[in-house]
Parts: sequence; C-alpha cells; structure tokens
Amino acid sequence: MAKRVSASNVTAYYGGFKAIENINLTVEPKTVTALIGPSGCGKSTFLRSINRMHEVLPGARVEGSLTIDDQDIYDRDVDVTAVRRTIGMVFQRPNPFPTMSIFENVVAGLKLNGVRKKSILEDAAEKALRAANLWGEVKDRLGKPGAGLSGGQQQRLCIARTIAVEPQVVLMDEPCSALDPISTLAIEDLMFQLKDKFTIIIVTHNMQQAARVSDRTAFFSIEKTGDPGRLIEYDNTQKIFSNPSVKKTEDYITGRFG
Amino acid sequence: MGETPHRSADAGTGGTRVTQSHEWPAGASARVAEAPVSTRSPGGTGLGGGGALPRSRKFGAERAFRGLTLAAGTAVLVIIAAIAIFLVAKAVPALRANTENFWSYEGWSPNETEPKFGIGALAFGTVLSSALALLIAVPVALGIALYLSHYAPRRLGTALGFLVDLLAAVPSVVFGLWGRDVFSSPVRDFSVWLNHHFGWIPLFGGDGPFGASVMLGALVLAIMVLPIITSLSREVFLQTPTANEEAALALGATRWEMLRTAVLPYGRPGIIAAMMLGLGRALGETIALALTLGITFGISFNLIQNGGNTIAANIANAFGEANETGRGALIASGLVLFAITLIVNITARAIIYRRREFTESAA
Repeated sequence: MAKRVSASNVTAYYGGFKAIENINLTVEPKTVTALIGPSGCGKSTFLRSINRMHEVLPGARVEGSLTIDDQDIYDRDVDVTAVRRTIGMVFQRPNPFPTMSIFENVVAGLKLNGVRKKSILEDAAEKALRAANLWGEVKDRLGKPGAGLSGGQQQRLCIARTIAVEPQVVLMDEPCSALDPISTLAIEDLMFQLKDKFTIIIVTHNMQQAARVSDRTAFFSIEKTGDPGRLIEYDNTQKIFSNPSVKKTEDYITGRFG
Repeated sequence: MGETPHRSADAGTGGTRVTQSHEWPAGASARVAEAPVSTRSPGGTGLGGGGALPRSRKFGAERAFRGLTLAAGTAVLVIIAAIAIFLVAKAVPALRANTENFWSYEGWSPNETEPKFGIGALAFGTVLSSALALLIAVPVALGIALYLSHYAPRRLGTALGFLVDLLAAVPSVVFGLWGRDVFSSPVRDFSVWLNHHFGWIPLFGGDGPFGASVMLGALVLAIMVLPIITSLSREVFLQTPTANEEAALALGATRWEMLRTAVLPYGRPGIIAAMMLGLGRALGETIALALTLGITFGISFNLIQNGGNTIAANIANAFGEANETGRGALIASGLVLFAITLIVNITARAIIYRRREFTESAA
C-alpha cells in the first residue's frame, strides 16, 4: 500500500518562470518526509508536481522524471487521473465540497471511481473516517454538511476523503497552517498512524512540526528572489536538525536566515 | 445638532479628572495634573479619544442615510400596492361583464355588447411556449457557460462572453421580425419533415399549415433567453472556489467529473436563479411572440401547426382596438400573468431554500 517516490532532475516552470531546478530525491515507502524552506523556495511546487497537480495551472509544466516504484508518472501513456488516484493530496486550507454532506465528501473519490454500491461506500466511509480519527465525532451526523465542521475537523475530513480511495502516497501541503494547536496535534498524531500504510510527504513552515513528525527532511532554498528553488540538503530528520552538513541549512533551522 | 460641539469639551475635562484621581497624590495642584493631558493629546481630541467617550450623535449622516434607504425600501411596497389596486379596480368591472367563464372559455371577444373572454388558452400558451423555450435554452446555455468558464482559452472566453452579452442587447422586436421573416421558413421545412416522419406523435401531428407555430415562438424565445442564462451561469461557475476544483482533480477526477463534483453543485442555486430570470423574460415577452405565433384561441399541445398565443402577445395585439371592457379584460389577463410569474418565483425560492443548509455554509 505504499510506494517509493523518486525524482530525478525535476524542473518546474510557471510560464517563463523557473520555480524549481534539478531536484533529485528519493522517498522510501512508509516514511514521513518533510519539505522545509523559506517562502517561495518551491517546496509546494515540487509537492504539486509529484501528483501532476502543478500542470493544472495554465502555462505550468514540469521537466525531468518522477517515478513511483519505477513507473514514470510523466510518461505519455500514463493516465493523469490514475496518477492522482495513486498519489492523494491534502491541501493547505481545508476544502470539503460545500454542497456535500460529510458522508458524500468522504466517498466522493470512490464515486468518481465508479463505486455505486451503498454498502461498500458505507464501509469505506467508516474505515476512512476511523483512520482519520474523526469517526467518533461525526458518526451521528454523517448527513450534515461537511463545511459545518470546525477547521480541524474539516481538515481531518479532507484527509479521510483522500485516504478513502486508498492511495499509495499522500501529499500534504502545509496541512496544519490554518489550524489551532490542538487540531494540529490531532493531525500530527494521525500522520504517525498513517505512515504504517502510506508514504507521506509533507510541506511545512513549522520546523518543530517537521522535527516531530518526519523521518527524513529535505531543505529547499533560493539564492535570491526570482531564482529557481533548489534542494540544499536531504537527510535523516535527526541529522538535519542536530548536525546539518550544509551551512545554509544550519542558518535556516537556527533562525538566522529565512 | 446641538450635541456635537460638546464633544471636545467633554473629552478634555474627562481626561483631566481621570489623571487627577488615579496618577497624582491628592495634594498635587490642578495645574500640574493638567500637564500630562495636554502633552499626550493636545486639546483632548485625539482620534484615540483621550478622556471620556463622547455621546453618540442624535443626527448625522448615519441617520440620514438610514432614513433614505428605509424610504427607498418602502417605495417598492407602495408602488407594488398602487399597481395592484389599479389593476384590480380596472379588471373587476370587466370580469363582471363577462358572459362566459373567465377560466375555461377559449376565445377573446370582450368588445362585443355581450363580452366573452377566457384566460385558459392564453395562460396555457404562455406556459407552454416559455417552458419549451427554457427546455431548449437551458442545456445550450449551460454548455456555453461551462465552455466559456472552464474550457475556452481565457482570451477566446472573454471575446465569446462579450458576444453572448451583445445578443442580450438586441431588442425583442428585432428578434420578432427576424423570426417572422427569416427563421420561419427553415422552421416550416423542419415542421413538415417532423410531421411526415413523426406525425403519429400528437405533438407533431396535424394537417398544416405549419410555420407560425408554438415551435417557432419557443425557438425565438429560447434564443432571447439564452444570453441571460449563459452569462449568469458563467459568472456563477467562475466563482467556484479553486480549492474545491483542485480537491476534485486531486481525487483523480477528469475535467468533466470535476465540473460535476465541484462546479455544478456549487453553482446550483445560481443556475436556478438564472433559469428563473430567463423564464421571467420568456413569460413576459410580448412583441416577439405577437409577431411569430399564429394567434389562435384554443388549447392544443400541437407544436408545429400555425397557432399558439400568450397573455402578453394577446395584450399587444388586442389593446389597440379595445374599448373600456376590452381594456379591463386585458388588465385581468395581466393579473393572471403576474400570478403565474409569482408562482414560478416562489417555486424557485422553495427549491433553493430546501438546500439552504448546504449553500449557506458554502459562503
């Protein structure tokens, strides 16, 4: 249920602007990898290129190769919707479908895959909501609108929606930046549980969070505004936060820069 | 207005008193006590309000504006009431003079010495032609709106959107003349073809003549309501939060599935509102239908034979030669049209209200 993600020489553009250049990194299955770095350094762009969401924006494109278990997701014959089903994504702001109930939100991905049978959908919804630690809070009001939940609950609902389709990899783009500390803690706990089944890659601005939840950390940075983002250092989280090999990483994590 | 000048004076004295009682020993002189006040906010009228809070104003722009908006709101009610009273007062004598049943009689001759007129056929024709027009226009309009908002390159979308809006600016009499003189002949050919192949369906039966039919009227109406529905739906579709569209795409939706999962449900209340505006225009449309319909006074589901009539078209056709009773009869028919529009609007509101829990939390 989890796959290895490998990027080699990934370069991404927004129109004429080169946002990231020559990113090389491999993420092992069933681990949590944190992408950190100052604003505008391309960590979100890199994350979005892993499930081909980057190209949704007009003029955006990706060069280089990205593989999951040796299959190139940018291969011409690969169905982009299949890529996104295999590599799920949780966004910065909770974005449940406002017109759908909690239940409908969780099973939205399954319905897109053609699952119609009520009993299957119900089982899958319960399983996903339990995995997202939300079942106890919502089991009596599955028919209520998903947008009526609190921010932290909405984000867990979005995580449930993402894992309901049983992806191999889960990408999280600053999933806690719009949440209070208690909801943040709930989601960090959840990441610990989820990494038994999924490969997780998370972008975060919160370095304590990166240190708490991740096994490996990748530090991205830019020389100056307008330059493409580059991968500066990628290592075990413990090493990055205690004894980084690059001076720039040390400056960043100690707060001297960025 | 008398309250305003006191503001600065109140603030000044209040400030002094507060300073005296809290920060200075009882023995300190008043002169010393005043010093910090004047350095902090000269005159005691700083924007932050040093000292006691001034009283609220009794009169001022706030109240004047409130009064103006209230008056504007009331004016709507007064105008509607005045129109209703006028219409009822004119209609009642004519309805009394009617020698046939107003609801069921199929014909319109209120100018005779024994006036006979009935609304049934007209109301039926109004609803039939409008419903048909909506049935044709809505799928096309939604298709155009989705294309403009989510498929077309931005420049092309803007240009096409402008053209659609331009279509809305064409006067209805132009549509009417075009429908009668140009569009009627292809519709007649198509009607003959329909009659030949599908004549066994009552909708397309009859022996002719064909052309100036409900179908022609409905098609012209459909073209007229198309731009309203298109541009409103396009605006609604463009307002779908990008976050929701991305959520659908990230779940592995194709573009059409994304539209179905995120865009269409989000835009539902807006689509209904657009349809109702379109229906409102179709129900009230006068001259285009007066020019294109065959003007008969019977209730028939036949779409392709010459015939059809609507309340508004009948008012346009008959008002010129109407006498006192005739005008009263037409006004009575106008009241019925008003009632139909009201029912349509209430139904639409009810549909939107039923899902309010979901649409309100969306905002």
